[in-house]
Amino acid sequence: MSEKIVVKNLVKVFGGHPQKALSMLKAGEPKDEILKETGLTVGINDVSFTINQGEIFVVMGLSGSGKSTILRCLNRLIEPSSGSITINGTDITKLKDKDLRVFRQERTAMVFQQFALLPHRTVLQNTAYGLEVKGVEKKQREDKAVAVLEMVGLKGYEDKYPDQLSGGMKQRVGLARALSNDSDILLMDEAFSALDPLIREEMQDELLSLQQKMNKTIVFITHDLNEALKLGDRIAFLRDGALVQVGTPEDITNNPANDYIVKFVRGVDRSKILTTGDVMKKPQPFITTRDGPGVALRIMKEHGISSVFVVDREKHLKGVITVDLAVESRNAGIQSLQDVELPQGPVVREDVPIQETLGIIAESKLPMGVVDDNHKLIGIIVRGSILAALSSDKGGDGDA
Amino acid sequence: MPKIPLAEVVDRIVDWFTDTFGNSLDAFSDTFGDIIKGLQNLLAFLPWWVIIIIFALLAWKASGWKLAVGSTLGLLFIYNLKLWPAFLDTLVLVIISALVCIIIGIPIGIMAGRNHKVNRLITPILDFMQTMPSFVYLIPALMFFGLGKVPAVFATVIFAMPPAIRLTSLGIRQVPEDLVEVGEAFGSTPWQLLWKIQLPVALPTIMAGINQTMMLSLSMVVIAAMIGAGGFGAGVLYAIGQMKIGMGFENGVAVVIMAIILDRLTQGVGRSFRTDDKDN
Ligand SMILES: Nc1ncnc2c1ncn2[C@@H]1O[C@H](COP(=O)(O)OP(=O)(O)O)[C@@H](O)[C@H]1O
Ligand SMILES: [Mg+2]
Repeated sequence: MSEKIVVKNLVKVFGGHPQKALSMLKAGEPKDEILKETGLTVGINDVSFTINQGEIFVVMGLSGSGKSTILRCLNRLIEPSSGSITINGTDITKLKDKDLRVFRQERTAMVFQQFALLPHRTVLQNTAYGLEVKGVEKKQREDKAVAVLEMVGLKGYEDKYPDQLSGGMKQRVGLARALSNDSDILLMDEAFSALDPLIREEMQDELLSLQQKMNKTIVFITHDLNEALKLGDRIAFLRDGALVQVGTPEDITNNPANDYIVKFVRGVDRSKILTTGDVMKKPQPFITTRDGPGVALRIMKEHGISSVFVVDREKHLKGVITVDLAVESRNAGIQSLQDVELPQGPVVREDVPIQETLGIIAESKLPMGVVDDNHKLIGIIVRGSILAALSSDKGGDGDA
Repeated sequence: MPKIPLAEVVDRIVDWFTDTFGNSLDAFSDTFGDIIKGLQNLLAFLPWWVIIIIFALLAWKASGWKLAVGSTLGLLFIYNLKLWPAFLDTLVLVIISALVCIIIGIPIGIMAGRNHKVNRLITPILDFMQTMPSFVYLIPALMFFGLGKVPAVFATVIFAMPPAIRLTSLGIRQVPEDLVEVGEAFGSTPWQLLWKIQLPVALPTIMAGINQTMMLSLSMVVIAAMIGAGGFGAGVLYAIGQMKIGMGFENGVAVVIMAIILDRLTQGVGRSFRTDDKDN
């Protein structure tokens, strides 16, 4: 994993003559105080993070927390007040006008919240805009635009104008325009926020499947945690221009750094984030194939359960034995479970979102086993523990 | 309290100006007069019906068959009133004035639209230009260029240019922020940003400014005739002097017809940029 974008101590103060505000920030004065004293707004307050090549890095936070400002610092649509932004080894805060233009043409492409299509241009001409600005010849850039439009599912719409398209289609054009100049970094500012929920999900899936092929570095801004968890390889939480937590979706949901994030996380559909590994219990009790039906019955009685997992010596899962089957086998005089045809309950790996297991568990009479690559039993899932996980507020005190 | 010598100061300035720049003013006036004469000769050379057809075609392109029919009928009416030479005179005056307004006004408007300081600087000047009674412009026009078409164009341009500047500046400033960001994010030069994004998006507003400019130049027709513009204005002035009410009315109606045609034409052009309803 190589570092693609390294942001160090980024500060943005809006307004002229930020020196005083900057030194107040250094002294640790709060935003409100600085606004009162200098009249300047602190947009970004000393933010550092690293984005890896090929990663979808989501920046998440409430409205006004500075998400757009951070994104626009990355291509200098907004000039940082201080700090450094190193992309592919170059500190882009130092680029002069001409080099900055080349950097924007070659390295970055942007997708906008309100689509920002040029109304006087056709879909094709909009898509080719970046290449046109670069000076790519007409035939060549239009061929490229046609190909990219086909990739985002807009074949046949080349000659339409933006006002003839639906919101979802407009953003596909926005995406096509960003993809057509082959830059390795995509900057997406709430790109799907203006879309209807169904279309939004569709676009998220589309982006993920495109990303599998393209392997770009994507910085994605959103205020929707479900979107962040779905798309993000890592998520950065912003609050009042400062970074609160950076981590994988699992980190964020399982170990929220503070109450601010807890509040976000509470609204989330946990079944999409929690995996079978998160909710499984230790595989106890279990019995081995060498044991007989009598042992099985005794253990079930001890634990007050109606079935138990059966494994071999290396803990490979062999099946499940129920009370009824155990009684029947004992009456038939069977000594070892090796000689019994064991029923197979549902089995999953440990990295499956529990949302996907809910249906199976509801259908099945037998408990669900969690196994590793070698089919070894590493955990069991019972309905009770899923319900507990879905309703719990890990890290929160319940009503903060 | 003694009177502040405002009139004397202005006289001095104009004197100094004509003394210092007299020769270049003459040269400019001659060249410009030649251009006007050239256009006039060209139009006079074309048969009247060719001009009517040209108008009909433009109207049809800009707006549709209704305007084409309307402008044809209107121009036929002017021809029938035997006002064709006056029509050509006035047309040349309006076209040249509008062109000068566009050539000077739009770049100024662009600068004002892209730069707040320029905008703040020119706004009071434009206010001044528009509130000054239009007669007043005849005086420096006469001083610099004497009698004739050139001073008429000069006075008309000063009076008619402000909307072209104002609406260009407004149009540029109204281009949505995120469209400008598109230009910058994809690495456009300032020039590309202007030509590929700001001007096309601002075009309907700019066309509205050009439309207003044309209407204002037409409203100067009679006043400009006082310093030798000719055309319908001369007819009106003559009719007033001779108390020929009917003749004055004919010229007035001709101005109205021309105004309506030019108004609909330029509006049509503006609209056709706005809603490009290409077939689905
Ligand atoms: N051009 C600007 N001038 C002054 N303040 C600004 C400007 N742009 C953004 N801000 C302020 O900076 C803060 C962060 O804004 P922004 O990055 O747009 O937030 P977000 O995208 O998270 O909603 C807000 O308080 C906003 O008011
Ligand atoms: Mg924003």
